[in-house]
Amino acid sequence: MSLQSLDIRRRSATTLPSPEARTPASGEVAKLIDVTKCIGCKACQTACMEWNDLRQEPGENVGVYDNPLDLTENAWTVMRFTEYENPGSGNLEWLIRKDGCMHCEDPGCLKACPSPGAIVQYTNGIVDFHEENCIGCGYCVTGCPFDVPRISKKDHKAYKCTLCSDRVAVGLEPACVKTCPTGAIMFGTKEAMKDQAEDRIVDLKERGFDKAGLYDPAGVGGTHVMYVLHHADQPSLYADLPDAPRISPLVSLWKGVAKPLATLALGAAVIGSFFHYIVKGPIEVEPEAEDAVADDDVDAREDTR
Amino acid sequence: MNPRDEIPRYTASERVNHWTVAICFVLLALSGLAFFHPAFFFLTDLFGGGPWTRILHPYIGLVLFVAFALLVARFWRHNLIERRDVEWLKRVPDMVASGDDSHMPEQERNNGGQKVLFWCLVAGILVLLLTGLVMWRAWWTPPILLIRVATLLHAIAAICCIGLIVAHVYAAIWVSGSIHAMVRGKVSRAWAWQHHRAWYRKMIGDHRH
Repeated sequence: MSLQSLDIRRRSATTLPSPEARTPASGEVAKLIDVTKCIGCKACQTACMEWNDLRQEPGENVGVYDNPLDLTENAWTVMRFTEYENPGSGNLEWLIRKDGCMHCEDPGCLKACPSPGAIVQYTNGIVDFHEENCIGCGYCVTGCPFDVPRISKKDHKAYKCTLCSDRVAVGLEPACVKTCPTGAIMFGTKEAMKDQAEDRIVDLKERGFDKAGLYDPAGVGGTHVMYVLHHADQPSLYADLPDAPRISPLVSLWKGVAKPLATLALGAAVIGSFFHYIVKGPIEVEPEAEDAVADDDVDAREDTR
Repeated sequence: MNPRDEIPRYTASERVNHWTVAICFVLLALSGLAFFHPAFFFLTDLFGGGPWTRILHPYIGLVLFVAFALLVARFWRHNLIERRDVEWLKRVPDMVASGDDSHMPEQERNNGGQKVLFWCLVAGILVLLLTGLVMWRAWWTPPILLIRVATLLHAIAAICCIGLIVAHVYAAIWVSGSIHAMVRGKVSRAWAWQHHRAWYRKMIGDHRH
């Protein structure tokens, strides 16, 4: 997506506002993934590869269904399969979570990124990488609470799900949403998706999943990819989905208060030194020192005599 | 002898070593600040753009570390902190306020400030090396918590080291003759008497004190 789209709410390593005149009148967008409806067919992975024209080499089978085993620069979404023995019911549950960028309202990647305009957040909430500005430092990986960005071995640029920002910009839903055969992946305004989730959660609770709920973690200001979970009280059951994600305080300190404070301190040291010189001037060798050295010479001559 | 006659302070190889470290340090500070605050991002242009800056910074760091380790091996003996250094350090605020060092306790080859700078840089550069290797992830990817801790420590250590070097550079400008000492390797005898009197006596073979 172009930076001239007039809908840039946040831009990495930029201290002043970016062109932001265009804000979707209908509100921010969100993708809702209803984990309880997912059958693990991986059509979303295929659609993602097809639309974005990416091909991830199939990995090795290590005895699980996940393929590829992890997100990569070519695989922006991966189904993660968890076999969970529910101690309450004694049932074996197959928890299948579509992993990928969560499009945080408060994106840790963007906060950490040192390169102006390499990461942007649009006014519709989508967080997008502009690889032409990416310098390959990996700070986005350091900042991300969900371990999502991947640095390509080929070009050393960071890649991740774009929420099909190109499709959304022209009024289409993301490719994974379009292809999902069970309707487990939905797309719309964030409000509509929350309403949708609410209905579904009532339904799930009636069916015995009394802990069913929406995953829209407040620690990162909410996300533009949300999950409906049967066990919303234990997100980490779902292949280590963080229970309470937030930007690490280490990252906040580093790219937050440390930045202006350190810059001010260094500036003050340089300017302070300069004015010290202006006021006090240099320390020159004093005549007293030259006399003392001359006296030493006299003493030395007397000693040798 | 004329009091302006010079006595040797740094050999050619010590000077080359010092300036190798200095050049690397300046390059590292400029490229590192570019990644730290957007106000400094333009500095990446000096290195051929953002990706080149990212590629070069760690290699320059390795060169600095090797050169600095050699410098430490050469100079550590001159930087052992003694009682007289503590006395000298206590009177630094007076010296800075008055702009005059003639009332300071007499000093060895290095004064207390130089010694403190030396050991702070030893600690700082060690932290920068270890945390920098974690942040590099060119060949291995450490656990994320380790990367985050290392990244924060790298920034803190770098800011401290840059601050120390600002002080070091200003001290060299402030005390006339210091830059000449590190460029040409010699100081006048009067300079040595005024700033490093104990060292001066040793150099002229005077053991009366």
